[in-house]
Amino acid sequence: MAEADSAQPYRIQGETGPWELVIGLEVHAQVTSKSKLFSGAATAFGAEPNSQVSLVDAAMPGMLPVINRECVDQAVRTGLALEARINEVSVFDRKNYFYADLPQGYQISQYLQPIVGEGVVHLDLEDGRTCEVGIERLHLEQDAGKSLHDQHPSKSYIDLNRSGVALMEIVSKPDLRSPEETAAYIRKLRSILRYIGTCDGNMQEGSMRCDVNVSVRRPGEGFGTRCEIKNVNSIRFVQQAIEYEARRQIEILEAGGTIDQETRLFDANRGETRSMRSKEEAHDYRYFPDPDLLPLVLDPARIAELKASLPELPDARKARFMSEYGLSLYDASSLTEERATADWYEAVVKGGSGKRDPKIAANWVLSELFGALNKAGLDLADSPVSADAMGGLMDLLGDGTISGRIAKDVFAEMLETGKDAAAIVEEKGLKQVSDTGAIEAIVDAVLAENQDKVAEYRGGKDKLFGFFVGQTMKRSGGKANPGMVNELLKAKLAG
Amino acid sequence: MSLDKATVASIATLARLRVPDDRLEPMVGDLNAILGFVEQLNQVNTDGVEPLANVTGHALPQREDAVTDGGYPERVTLNAPDPAGDFYAVPKVVE
Repeated sequence: MAEADSAQPYRIQGETGPWELVIGLEVHAQVTSKSKLFSGAATAFGAEPNSQVSLVDAAMPGMLPVINRECVDQAVRTGLALEARINEVSVFDRKNYFYADLPQGYQISQYLQPIVGEGVVHLDLEDGRTCEVGIERLHLEQDAGKSLHDQHPSKSYIDLNRSGVALMEIVSKPDLRSPEETAAYIRKLRSILRYIGTCDGNMQEGSMRCDVNVSVRRPGEGFGTRCEIKNVNSIRFVQQAIEYEARRQIEILEAGGTIDQETRLFDANRGETRSMRSKEEAHDYRYFPDPDLLPLVLDPARIAELKASLPELPDARKARFMSEYGLSLYDASSLTEERATADWYEAVVKGGSGKRDPKIAANWVLSELFGALNKAGLDLADSPVSADAMGGLMDLLGDGTISGRIAKDVFAEMLETGKDAAAIVEEKGLKQVSDTGAIEAIVDAVLAENQDKVAEYRGGKDKLFGFFVGQTMKRSGGKANPGMVNELLKAKLAG
Repeated sequence: MSLDKATVASIATLARLRVPDDRLEPMVGDLNAILGFVEQLNQVNTDGVEPLANVTGHALPQREDAVTDGGYPERVTLNAPDPAGDFYAVPKVVE
């Protein structure tokens, strides 16, 4: 955008000079579906232990996987929303390793032939810059079960409810250069997934988890050796982990050491990363095509159908909000990050007479409504004021029935009582007074009571004008039409 | 392709198989014989031939997204040697 070259590239200043960060992300996004990728067991979060496990998920001998068509469609939708190539033929492989929460002894994943190839995500950064982050691939795979280590002194408890749930692993290219860009990338990816309904993006519940690859280099040089930080589960932690890891690597390099390529864990309590047990051996996953599953072949007509069914995506919607409603980039971005917010806003703007001012509506949604919801700790879905009711308030504001100041009082009342704006205005007699005679009477009274100030004003103390406006509005109970008050006062004071 | 003793030992470790040292050498011979047998396939010219996943012509069967299974934790853990309630319990594994 406009300020594209004003931004300084992100650098970490070491003892020996500046360093550049190179970051790539593997995001594991849980596919929104009723049942698992290869079995008919349920996927809901928080169920009783092992209650959503079929004998397929428990890897009982002789059980065979049958793929869930909806999970395939969800992966294709996601690929299309990432402007990516959809591979008409993809192959499921076994990734072999041993762990207590992986009963099969292998994870069914996709290795050499993933369902989705290269794509791109567009970022708007806070400093006004935009940048593109390449997507390397997206593949479908099974999630593992869950180990609970804190239930018993010497045992781990295993719950397989998550075992076999479909995940999309979305791998970015190493295109990210700072913790902030990485955060923006995760937010954007999350926004896209939530728009198209393929993942709920809930990081607390683990439906979106990140593995972060970090390396450092002198600006302009080739890639350094990277470390992979596993399973970071919040955007804030991702940023902290990157910063800590980059500084750790710089310290080693500047002391003349070399970086070992390894897997590390982020310890959120200490804000640092540490090495996981040596995994050179464990990294040999001995992938091979799963003999239980034929290659997945997609009909081009099915891909086209899925493409046609995609909703308007965040980037397109943001651009439209700017051109159609005249909103600023900032307002348009804020309103379109979540589909529900954008829908709510558009319901306000497009409802009623269709003559509601989109910019004023944007201000009301972003400041008044979100301010109130934040304060009350509520989500938009739980808002005591509906889009329809907000529209009613916009109408009263638009046709001059109430002033902006009164509108805020009415809105506070709406939040509290859930009543609609017109009823509150009627009940409390808050209609704006636009009758010249009535306002003139108030102005006259104010001037009569403040003869001394009138004299001062006429003697050149212009600043007193605000005082007269204030007194008049106060006397009218805030209901006098502010424009008319201004006009009448000017005329009378010029007197 | 031919395997040496170290590779066979490493594969055994990955597969969680305990192979005594005196069994390694014979196993190297056995595995190399199997590989040699399979490698006869390399004699066939496959230039321009697409990989073949199966000869039946069947497509991957796909199911509708519906919950049709689960809800029996007691069956799932029936064979577990040491369950704790409806959990499996295993020796503690912590990273």
